[in-house]
Amino acid sequence: MTGAAALDDKVDVAVIGAGPAGLAAGALSARAGLATVVLDENPAPGGQIYRAITTTPVQRKEILGTDYWHGRELVRELESSGARLATGATVWSISRDLEVAVSHGGRAHLLHARRIVIATGALERPFPVPGWTLPGVMTAGGAQTLLKSSGLVPEGRVVLAGTGPLLWLLAAQLLRAGGAITAILDTTPRQNYVRALRHAPAFVLSPYLIKGLRMMAEVRRKVRVISGVTRLEAVGEGKLKEIIFATGNGAAARMAADLLLLHQGVVPNVNLAMSIGIVHRWDGLQLCWVPEIDRHGNSSVPDIAIAGDGAGIGGAVAAAERGRLAAIAAVRALAPAAVSGLPAEQAVMQALAKAEAGRAFLDTLYQPSADFRIPAGDDTIVCRCEEVTAGQIRANVALGCEGPNQMKSFLRCGMGPCQGRLCGLTVTETIAAARGVSPAQVGYYRLRPPVKPIPLAEVAAMPQPESAVKAVVRR
Amino acid sequence: MFRRLPEAAGAALAVSVDGQRVEVRAGDTVAAALLAAGFGHCRTSPVSGAPRAPYCMMGVCFECLVTVDGVGNRQGCLVPVREGMLIETQRGEREVGR
Amino acid sequence: MSTTGDAIVIGGGIHGCSTALHLALRGLKPILIEKDHAGRHASGVNAGGVRQLARHLDEVPLSVASMELWERIADLVGDDCGFKSEGQVLVAETEAELEGFRDRVDELRLRGFTQEELIGRAELKRLVPAVSDTCPGGIVSRRDGAAEPFRTTQAFRRKAVALGAKVLEGITVTGLARNGSTWRISTSAGTSYEAPVVVNAAGAWAGRIAAMLGEPVPLEVIAPMLMITSRMPLFISPVVILRGRKLSFKQFANGTALIGGGHLGRADLDSNRTELDLAKLAESARTVWELFPIMRQATIVRAWAGIEARMPDDIPVIGPSATSEGIYHQFGFSAHGFQLGPGVGALMAELIATGSTNLPIAPFSITRFGSSR
Repeated sequence: MTGAAALDDKVDVAVIGAGPAGLAAGALSARAGLATVVLDENPAPGGQIYRAITTTPVQRKEILGTDYWHGRELVRELESSGARLATGATVWSISRDLEVAVSHGGRAHLLHARRIVIATGALERPFPVPGWTLPGVMTAGGAQTLLKSSGLVPEGRVVLAGTGPLLWLLAAQLLRAGGAITAILDTTPRQNYVRALRHAPAFVLSPYLIKGLRMMAEVRRKVRVISGVTRLEAVGEGKLKEIIFATGNGAAARMAADLLLLHQGVVPNVNLAMSIGIVHRWDGLQLCWVPEIDRHGNSSVPDIAIAGDGAGIGGAVAAAERGRLAAIAAVRALAPAAVSGLPAEQAVMQALAKAEAGRAFLDTLYQPSADFRIPAGDDTIVCRCEEVTAGQIRANVALGCEGPNQMKSFLRCGMGPCQGRLCGLTVTETIAAARGVSPAQVGYYRLRPPVKPIPLAEVAAMPQPESAVKAVVRR
Repeated sequence: MFRRLPEAAGAALAVSVDGQRVEVRAGDTVAAALLAAGFGHCRTSPVSGAPRAPYCMMGVCFECLVTVDGVGNRQGCLVPVREGMLIETQRGEREVGR
Repeated sequence: MSTTGDAIVIGGGIHGCSTALHLALRGLKPILIEKDHAGRHASGVNAGGVRQLARHLDEVPLSVASMELWERIADLVGDDCGFKSEGQVLVAETEAELEGFRDRVDELRLRGFTQEELIGRAELKRLVPAVSDTCPGGIVSRRDGAAEPFRTTQAFRRKAVALGAKVLEGITVTGLARNGSTWRISTSAGTSYEAPVVVNAAGAWAGRIAAMLGEPVPLEVIAPMLMITSRMPLFISPVVILRGRKLSFKQFANGTALIGGGHLGRADLDSNRTELDLAKLAESARTVWELFPIMRQATIVRAWAGIEARMPDDIPVIGPSATSEGIYHQFGFSAHGFQLGPGVGALMAELIATGSTNLPIAPFSITRFGSSR
């Protein structure tokens, strides 16, 4: 089912991403008889939340927790559906005529789909603090991947810093795996607790509430938690040595550390969707770009849907339901007679509503502070690839550079291999703050394929696409 | 920086990292294998030459770029190790583009 | 109530900004209207080639005049625009091609132009050691080079503003009407502007402006594609171009290499969107693969396309309108207008201010399309 066997060059549905949304979408679409391929660049399915679900060496179930193991059900659904799963398959371009360019097995392939479901999920929000490029500083998600995929547990003086449910989940998992955590530096702004209260009634219905409280209590029993952190710096020569932090308006304190794990929520991974001009809007609560979609996930580009966290953060359970809705829409479009064999759309919608209950509470409570989104210090690196600092960005705003694309031309920020994934939001928000306008007015990098760097050799050896395009639009 | 859960030991295989033989766990990605083997960093930045280590482990940050079997700029966190694999750390300014 | 000026320049590319600057240098008060921002399209995202090499013979005098401005660009605009003169080399891939090059260089000499120099295998190898051994020679234009396009366009814009030009961005021209001896321009912002002179430097959108004037032109909207690679060891300083196959190749000081040469994607004028043509990108990649073996290790990091106007004969439209007094055209540079920007802006300002120019612009007259209308 996986591996480097040649990909079909024609499919009904191409699903990009094998996380919860992609697995669920691929399974339903294939079950309805549509030729379906699920493409994922990772070595195994699961996405990030169910990372290594089929291969993890961590067999004590309590370490990763029951929510993680739900992922096995999604993979089983896909496996029994007849969908083709291609791992190690990096999609680097899609076009409006639904041509998908994939790097797979060291070669570039072009496949043509009748519908595309983008399920590229989320990535961790940039956390631009001084020293965040030092070896010894990683994302919390990165440490979680090491645990899930390889059974690796951090050792030495390990500090977690940031805000959001994943930070606490990781802490709990590491502790259950026998790891030790020196401290958690909680950057959740104090005023968020007050602001989140009005969303509390809905959150009471959320399945996350009890689990979340229990998990935080579990962690607090074993780990020193420092709340109200307003300043954070990683310090070291060539590798992390210590952390400088402060709470409230207090004086700076120092803490020796070998590993600092950063996290302040996740944001949609928009590069592929933006590369074909799918319309996105700025979400003022989640503080990120989200695509404009209808309730089936259909985007502004015909026959391309977006499901899962890539369409706005909703969590793993919601992602799977949104994947199913996208699949139902695809089946309705391509094989209407098969719709009756699928779960009722109404039931999926209800399951989605249940999964999304309380989202506003979480989004409000864990909305990261501007202190950690818009670097106060001019020397803080914003663009890791090209080492562009916040001060350089602000200086260029002062010179009349009003948007990320002009900034890119002057400073090269966003022009490195990560293609803006690790700096784009920071650049937008830093410009917006400097100009005193909204991020929506500032906009985002113009993204173009390849959305991931691709060897020139693969492009050179690329087969000619069937629909060799007429290059010129005459007017 | 990392230790392996005893239950996760798994089968071992050998790769070469900058010419040095290193035993790694079958099933790990190149980036995980480097971290598990105690490599403090996997490349230096082509801009300032500063050392960089894997950061996101999910294919978005491009900090774990290494040369694998002669092909430069591979994302170490997406490539599974194989017996006999030749891994080279990348030294930014001195051999850009590798 | 209209704002009045001495001239209205439509389009904030390198040409519009240069004309605005040169008008201001002559003490006039131009108003430049740009629908997006200066350098947003072809002028800001092109390959940055500053090339006299291999130009259409009619363009050579303009290109040579423009080169003189490039060589003192910092004095002109207060920024060196990243211009570096490391030569451009036209590589012959076959002996037959090299023979054709010899004829061209001879022809240029007869006309008094010496910037192009025929070179054999040894000099080619010296200039471009990485080029494939199968190439027998080429032409070098040693004073040519490359600059940073967006920075350059912005520098022209800034200097023009400093000298009193008004630059209005994010405003689209929606109508032109003649009112006695002045033109009145209405815009998407609901504002209007008046001046006795209007310069149509609207690039890919210039056809729409010409059509508003009742002077349609056979302008084709094109989207030349470019790719940039990861950093490579420095191996080449001149810009290298091919004629038989489409390629222009340049390595920046930071090691990244820019691959262009005129393969086209698709453009949409209304949404500003371009779409790449992967088959043609693959062709570019293959050409590079064959010409520069060292590039076989490279990674393509980004690709993009600018939106540009191309005329059927691949040379621009420069000069007064044939139908409307006070209107001047400056568009259709057919994907090689960047180097011409400084010089053509200067000649346009001269033409507007004095009524004539010594540079031969007759071949660029809009009247040449008379029969196609």
